Amino acid sequence: MRYAETGFNLEVDLTRGNIERVETDPRDTELYLGGLGTNAKILWDRVPPEVEPFSPDNLLIFSAGLLCGTPATGCNRTIVSTISPQTQLMAFSMMGGFWAPELKYAGYDKVILRGKSPNLVYIWINNDKVEIRDASHLKGKGAVETAELIQQELKEPRAQVAAIGLAGENRVYFASIEQGRSSASRGGIGAVMGDKGVKAVAVRGTRDINVARPLEYLELCNEVLEYIKWRNEHPVPGVMAILTGLGSPQEMKVHDEKWHTENFMWGNSRVRRKDFWNEDIAREWAKTLDTMRTRLISCYNCPMTCGATISPPGLPTYMMKCFSKLTYTMAAFADLEFGLGIAQSATEYGVDGFSTPQVMAFALELYEKGILTDNDFPGMPADNEGRFYWLLDRIVRREGIGDVLANGTYWAAKQIGKGAEEYAHNTIKKHEQLPLKLSMLNPIYFLMYSTGEKINITQIEGQFPQAPFLTMEEKEAFVKDWFQVPDDKFKQIFLDWEPRGEKSMPFYPTPEMCCEIVDWQERMHYIDDALGMCAGLSSFPLKPPYHIHNYPKFISAGTGIDMDEEKLTQAVRRYRTLVRANNTRRGMRRKDEKPPADHWKKRFPELEEKLLDTYYQFKGWNKQGIPTKETLHELGLDYVYEDFEKRGVYSDNGGAPAQETSAEKDKEA
Amino acid sequence: MGEKKKKIIKTIKIDADKCNGCRACEVICSAFHAQPKYSSNNPARSRIRIIRYPLKDIYVPVYAGEYTAAECMGRDKYVVDGKEYEECAFCRASCPSRDIFKEPDSGLPLKCDMCEGEDEPLCVKWCRVDALTYEEREEDVEDVEAPKELDIGLESLAKKYGAQEFMDAVARMSMKA
Repeated sequence: MRYAETGFNLEVDLTRGNIERVETDPRDTELYLGGLGTNAKILWDRVPPEVEPFSPDNLLIFSAGLLCGTPATGCNRTIVSTISPQTQLMAFSMMGGFWAPELKYAGYDKVILRGKSPNLVYIWINNDKVEIRDASHLKGKGAVETAELIQQELKEPRAQVAAIGLAGENRVYFASIEQGRSSASRGGIGAVMGDKGVKAVAVRGTRDINVARPLEYLELCNEVLEYIKWRNEHPVPGVMAILTGLGSPQEMKVHDEKWHTENFMWGNSRVRRKDFWNEDIAREWAKTLDTMRTRLISCYNCPMTCGATISPPGLPTYMMKCFSKLTYTMAAFADLEFGLGIAQSATEYGVDGFSTPQVMAFALELYEKGILTDNDFPGMPADNEGRFYWLLDRIVRREGIGDVLANGTYWAAKQIGKGAEEYAHNTIKKHEQLPLKLSMLNPIYFLMYSTGEKINITQIEGQFPQAPFLTMEEKEAFVKDWFQVPDDKFKQIFLDWEPRGEKSMPFYPTPEMCCEIVDWQERMHYIDDALGMCAGLSSFPLKPPYHIHNYPKFISAGTGIDMDEEKLTQAVRRYRTLVRANNTRRGMRRKDEKPPADHWKKRFPELEEKLLDTYYQFKGWNKQGIPTKETLHELGLDYVYEDFEKRGVYSDNGGAPAQETSAEKDKEA
Repeated sequence: MGEKKKKIIKTIKIDADKCNGCRACEVICSAFHAQPKYSSNNPARSRIRIIRYPLKDIYVPVYAGEYTAAECMGRDKYVVDGKEYEECAFCRASCPSRDIFKEPDSGLPLKCDMCEGEDEPLCVKWCRVDALTYEEREEDVEDVEAPKELDIGLESLAKKYGAQEFMDAVARMSMKA
């Protein structure tokens, strides 16, 4: 018997309409855990670099995390992995909500989609009965609307539905997959789903999920619940408000947006408005949120209420996620009422809340600069807010200029030319980033921005405070109950870290220390992504309830696999390296590993080179960021080395120009 | 007349306005009632279910009550504060008209037992948004001696056939014995 996991994957061949239930190898669980870990292995085995994102041979994997469906609080993530059309690298966006536990209760750990359906379909998984059903009547429907229609036609309101909107159907490079109160948004995985002709995957399950050592497991769950309660009553002092507590930043609860609106950038990540927030705005925005917010809501088995149902006047209700609250508002220099309203359309269309507003602001900046002209925007309204709605419509329909913009700022700028590249200034690895521009280089963040393969800073940061504390008293108070550190040396680094002087940024923490800090932070995210844990209870906030010391116990008692900190760390290194291996053979090299040039004003090129060298070495990668033969051997990944050798990966330093996108090729064909 | 006796009334107060829809109550309920305890979980086996329509802002935690062999003659549908709740949304019965409160494999009915042996029902303990709170109060009740099973049976037979016929039958049986 398998514990915590079901031991079965669902293999769906959309081209032939074939469905198989396939037993998985329990040894893979020991080596790669589950979720992201086993996804990375499947992509390595079955999707070689010749396979383009929109090839029928690309896989789209929906995976529940290893511990999803067990009583572990907040363990509800679906990890969706594929090759991204935007970055052309491995994408592993995740969603919370209710889908992953439901899949486990239906008896599967993963749904693996391959091939392409000739017609638009949806997949209905009801325990043992799995069907590919016609979805032609759902073409063009919104993602939320689709979920409701499917629940109605199946007469199963408890089915959990992951669906794409118009953006996914039209293969927009930043299309999301929407589900429950959550979405897997980053990397354009919704476009791959649309390319495969799959409108939705609906699932309903009524089976048991077993754990290996029940009493021990429940004791661990109870400890976590108690700690969450304690932690909610004891916010961390000395850090900015959104970092004091657990969960996603509590955007749906807070009214005070002074920090975000004055520190993050407006428009196309350009303009900082230092004196924006005032009493009038505070009052007006509070009124907007209070009027539209119906209820604070949670994902499966979690008390954190990070989300909310939002009912904008005259528009259908939708469920809002986190920082989308402000991204549209700030891109358009508008108010909160506009932001919450347009987010309703964006959710139904199914687009990413970071990339989309930035792409639109980028287009308007090009218009302002004369690079794009009236000819590119026929019929566009004159008012700013109207323009954003108009652009959103063009993008998700891929009409006119929308067809160009739908590929994201990087590819759009290339296609537009005339110096447009300069305006696509806020990407890493071709992917739009948080609208944040700062002054002094932060060496820890430099490494995270450069090397994070999820290509999103919130998905690698956490654990270690973002800035040094001012007084020794504050620092000592902070480290006193900081039991989550893997080693006490992190406390010392933090105690010694000064805002100014010898032990301040950018030269302190030293490159060696930065490596350890980044490695710890990244490790926690990778564990979450394999287990299906929400980062908001683990890798993202300071002093979280899940950490490196209790995770091995959860895995042991849950799955029955003997696990300790060392073995877990080794497993994480293994599948983290596999993620990199997938990207390495797709051409990712050192030249791609850098933050946006304007992210910091004060840069230190020599130090930055040293940081990257030291980190690569620390990770067991060569100067190009490629895992070495020795590293691969130590991790039992000799098969990766063999493939690298065969492909001549080690002698390729990434001089070849970026390929054109496969969507464009398709169109020419 | 019997004398007065103390009885503990156990109540779970359900504040549906506070429900965040997370279903932690379903998780822990099904885990607690698994055999062996906590060895598995499966919300479909839970004795509390959230009737949940997020986009309509409908969240109703409902507990499994009595089994009933027959459906009601009609069904009820409530509209409260402009929100229309699904048929039988507030009903606790394990009933042929719907699939909740039944073991998914066998169809056997489920009933909330307030987590016997625990300090409080575990759904309450795991509900960290305070939608569920547990209350106990004492009530005075008449202590009536329970009638014996045989008496109940005989009484109903006497009612059905009439006292005379009943007495005759007893007499016939005692002569045979």
